[in-house]
Amino acid sequence: MTESVALAVERAHCSEWGLVLAAVARLLDGDLATAEECTQEAFEAALRTWGDRGVPARPGAWLTTTAKNRAIDRIRREAAMRARFPDLVREEIEPAPEEDDVIVDDRLRLVFTCCHPALAPEARIALTLRLICGLTTGEIARAFLVPEPTMAARITRSKKKIAAAGIPYRVPAESDLAERLDGVLTVIHLVFTAGYASAGERLVRDELVDRALDLARVLVVLMPEEPEVLGLLALLELTDARRAARVDAQGRLVVLEDQDRGAWDRAAVSRGEALLARAFGLVVRGDAGPGRFLLQAAIAGAHDEAPSWEATDWPGIVLLYDRLRAVWPSPVVDVNRAVAVAFATGPADGLALLDALTGREDLRTWHYLPAARADLLRRLGRRAEAAEAYTAALVLVSDGAERAFLRRRLAEVGGTA
Amino acid sequence: MSTKYMFLIYTDEADMAGVTPEQWDQMLQAHNAWAASVVEAGATIHGGDALAPSATATTVRTGGAAPVVTDGPFAETKEALGGFYLVECADLDQALALAHTLPANTVEVRPVVDTS
Repeated sequence: MTESVALAVERAHCSEWGLVLAAVARLLDGDLATAEECTQEAFEAALRTWGDRGVPARPGAWLTTTAKNRAIDRIRREAAMRARFPDLVREEIEPAPEEDDVIVDDRLRLVFTCCHPALAPEARIALTLRLICGLTTGEIARAFLVPEPTMAARITRSKKKIAAAGIPYRVPAESDLAERLDGVLTVIHLVFTAGYASAGERLVRDELVDRALDLARVLVVLMPEEPEVLGLLALLELTDARRAARVDAQGRLVVLEDQDRGAWDRAAVSRGEALLARAFGLVVRGDAGPGRFLLQAAIAGAHDEAPSWEATDWPGIVLLYDRLRAVWPSPVVDVNRAVAVAFATGPADGLALLDALTGREDLRTWHYLPAARADLLRRLGRRAEAAEAYTAALVLVSDGAERAFLRRRLAEVGGTA
Repeated sequence: MSTKYMFLIYTDEADMAGVTPEQWDQMLQAHNAWAASVVEAGATIHGGDALAPSATATTVRTGGAAPVVTDGPFAETKEALGGFYLVECADLDQALALAHTLPANTVEVRPVVDTS
């Protein structure tokens, strides 16, 4: 097998896995476990035969047909026993491509089934990465720092629940769509943030970020008229635009304020801004206001547009947080809003808001609240209190890069860890 | 293809203890209205009833040498099993939608294993 064949299979695995699996799953009436096996077999077949016969012109179509034929073989084997399905005929390799709307429907069904609310949130993420993105169980386990057998059991259990509980393989009805779509977007966003926050290997983290971007891009193609779908992709683009500036040459975390804005990916910023404009255009024409992903994207965009931390439109960002809080009340939003207020009208104002949030049960274990307090106390010159707050944040933080950053700050205000 | 789902209704027994006959009638009417909406949705109710309070429960544990019979429900919690329906639905989405409209706070939806 030549290197180019291996590369072609790998590339197809990245871009086509979910498409192939979705098409086979439809043929199999939503039997995802069998669809997964057939898809796996098709990729194995590609590794064997592309070397001899060359890489097909349309690898995705070849893989889909091969996987579907595996599925048909299985159905036939069963049908032979039950003397049913006499009309099923194997397709020729490289048939005419499917209608676009059929493919769109297949992929959406798979996405909505993997993100069904009857599945536990961690199961939705695992299924999405395995069935739609084609990550191996080992890769997913490493990304979420759980032992591989644990992840394998989680995925198997979820597939069993889909079958046994009768989770339908379809796009939800219009009446449920908004709520169910929010669940799908949340899963994609969690994959993205896991890529940013995970303490796992760097390579695995980048993989998660890239897969989240892929998924969000696919969803934009599938549902181009949904502002929240555009909002999610905009949020990911506008956040990821800063990826290169987030860590310095020594691998240390660089906060937004200190980032080299020249290192930001301007092309990603432009893509994000264009999506924002499209999404807000749709919102203006619709009856619902902007949702939480679109508002978060607008906040990220306001940072990306600013020439410097000082020249950021802080009052505008506070207003966006106000709207975000109205559609998505969350203590996390309150904390971030307080920080924006600190830069819009002064650190003392922000600190007062943060102090009011301190002691809330749902924020007790989140390191960001004491870290944000510490930062404002530092800016106010209250070094002893800042040191105390940095120490409190260090107790709660788990990420290595963030820990190192908080330690540096603690040393700056004269404290010791 | 359809699946039978058991709707297990959990209620706060402290709330139920003080129910007046008028409130009880209202609850029955609400359940009758719900049952009508199930039929309208194309699903089938195969059975259902309210249960007497968990204070009347007796639990039988087998598996040991002799079955052990104890007073009280299997699990002692604030919310106790208070009633059930057996509903045949097209899929889980329909079952959840119907469970959502039940006049009850907590409903556990479980597919029934087809042993036929």
